[in-house]
Amino acid sequence: MTDRVELLGIYDRAKKAAVCARAILDERLGAVVAYSPVPNHEINQALHVAISPVRLFVLVGGVLGCAAGFIFPIYTVLDWPLITGGKPLISIPPFVVIAFELMILLAAIGGMAGFLLLARLPRVTGPPVDTRFTSDMTGISVTCAPEQAAAVRACFERTGASEIRE
Amino acid sequence: MSFAKINDDILRTLRPPGTLYYAGLMLAFVAAAIGLLAFLHQAKTGLGVAGYEHPMLWGVYITNFVFWVGIAHSGTLISAVLFLFRAKWRTAVARAAEAMTVFAIATAGIFPIIHIGRPWFFYWLIPYPNERGLWVNFRSPLIWDLFAITTYLTVSVMFLYLGLMPDIAAARDKIGDWRRHVYRVLSLGWLGTDRQWRHYTALYGFFAALATPLVVSVHSVVSWDFAMSILPGWHSTIFAPYFVAGAIFSGIAMVITLLMPLRRMFGLESYITVHHFENLAKLMLTTSLIVGYAYLTEFFIAWYSGNPFEQGTFFDRMFGQYWGYSWIMFTCNVLVPLLLFSKEIRTNLKALFVISILVNIGMWLERYVIIVTSLSHDFDPANWSGIYQPTWVEMSITLGAFGLFFALFLLFVKNFPALSITEMKETMERSAEADPPSAWPEPV
Repeated sequence: MTDRVELLGIYDRAKKAAVCARAILDERLGAVVAYSPVPNHEINQALHVAISPVRLFVLVGGVLGCAAGFIFPIYTVLDWPLITGGKPLISIPPFVVIAFELMILLAAIGGMAGFLLLARLPRVTGPPVDTRFTSDMTGISVTCAPEQAAAVRACFERTGASEIRE
Repeated sequence: MSFAKINDDILRTLRPPGTLYYAGLMLAFVAAAIGLLAFLHQAKTGLGVAGYEHPMLWGVYITNFVFWVGIAHSGTLISAVLFLFRAKWRTAVARAAEAMTVFAIATAGIFPIIHIGRPWFFYWLIPYPNERGLWVNFRSPLIWDLFAITTYLTVSVMFLYLGLMPDIAAARDKIGDWRRHVYRVLSLGWLGTDRQWRHYTALYGFFAALATPLVVSVHSVVSWDFAMSILPGWHSTIFAPYFVAGAIFSGIAMVITLLMPLRRMFGLESYITVHHFENLAKLMLTTSLIVGYAYLTEFFIAWYSGNPFEQGTFFDRMFGQYWGYSWIMFTCNVLVPLLLFSKEIRTNLKALFVISILVNIGMWLERYVIIVTSLSHDFDPANWSGIYQPTWVEMSITLGAFGLFFALFLLFVKNFPALSITEMKETMERSAEADPPSAWPEPV
């Protein structure tokens, strides 16, 4: 959007960045994205980060895997009836093992797919915002209206940003 | 210590290696090449070169399969179980253990294919509708194995990759050579945004929660390959917990064996400390006691059952043709680890290295003893006179497996961060010294 500007404040401490993020949101100056080398509790609190819905992907994957683990062997033994060891064709106890393994497998695959979807990965466009964000620095990126830019810049300065970029 | 120093120290391991590394890699490749040649010889000539003779139709290949699956278990224990228990010391050793898990399970997966004799038909194990009109028998533990091993390999690879993703991004932003293109692809464009971290931490927890029961199930299923039969020495209800404990025991021994040269080679002494090795030694001691208890329980049950075949098998195990292997196994797995009750030995890295190698030998022999002594002493006394001797082909393929495993591990640690950069930083961040409250900014 052409009527929005993006400012980036770079911090040497995540706590300072968290204070800045909270102030930006409290003052409704713009939308905030934080960049950090590690997950940070203070930043999450400042941004009011909700519980990740990745758990739903894990749950759906697990339920589907468990169901597949029973349906597939049952379908096959009915498709090709082969009595072994005098056991009934549909022997649930041995199928539990297959259902358990497929439950774990599909839960993990579902979780991974959910993570990639929700985290918007893979991201194929553009270089890293700043290579220091994977090393030791924390960044707060604010997208705001041009008239708010001065207030955002002031907030960066007030909270001790070591570098400000526009 | 700062984030930048952790970054630099760990990414320094990706720089061009020294002579020691190349010598190790060369040895591993030579061993792997010997194994490959032996395998090709067997594929061309037939399984007869493997020394199998009725009733000894499982031998060194299945020994190797069970051994390598076992080795794979400590990675998940360290990365998943200790993560759930919030054991912070795992941070320094988790990455190497996770990588070890993936390579060990991949090595293990080769052996059933080698064992079937006609490896080009290995896909017959996979249940799918086919022109033969047959389905596999879903009541067979060998098919459960296929599901368990495939699941374990897939989940372990995803778990390793998830943990690596932010570290690969760190390497992408730091390494200047041709590998940065590879890192750029493998990091999937990771930026470290709050959104990405939020879903990352959630999924990491779920992976740990999923991998914990999985690790127990996988070696339980492997143990049922034996316990579901009626062969004396195999048909036992304690096999699942006994195998799981043994797997973790052998896996931790392998972690110690690998980490000692790794920290020396890459100068990581300040990250992988004596404290970490002592904790690993404690885990090794605990699992050794469980394994020792399982050995004694087996003998007690054989005696208490009054079953002459069971008693005969266990007597033969300790005093029959294979007595030497059994006593070495018992010494390495039960007696030697008792030394770890001494703190002096737990903190003596040379002693610990030697003990870890002895445990590796002992655990390989345990799998060998379980397979060979039971098969050679079945219900038919006419079979009892023969003795199974692995041929040069089997021993070469065994050597090749070790070569393959070490080669994969060495290539990994030189091209990917051998320690988790993210977790090391998280651990540091939590310590009050690194970021004292006095340094915090005033609220705005």
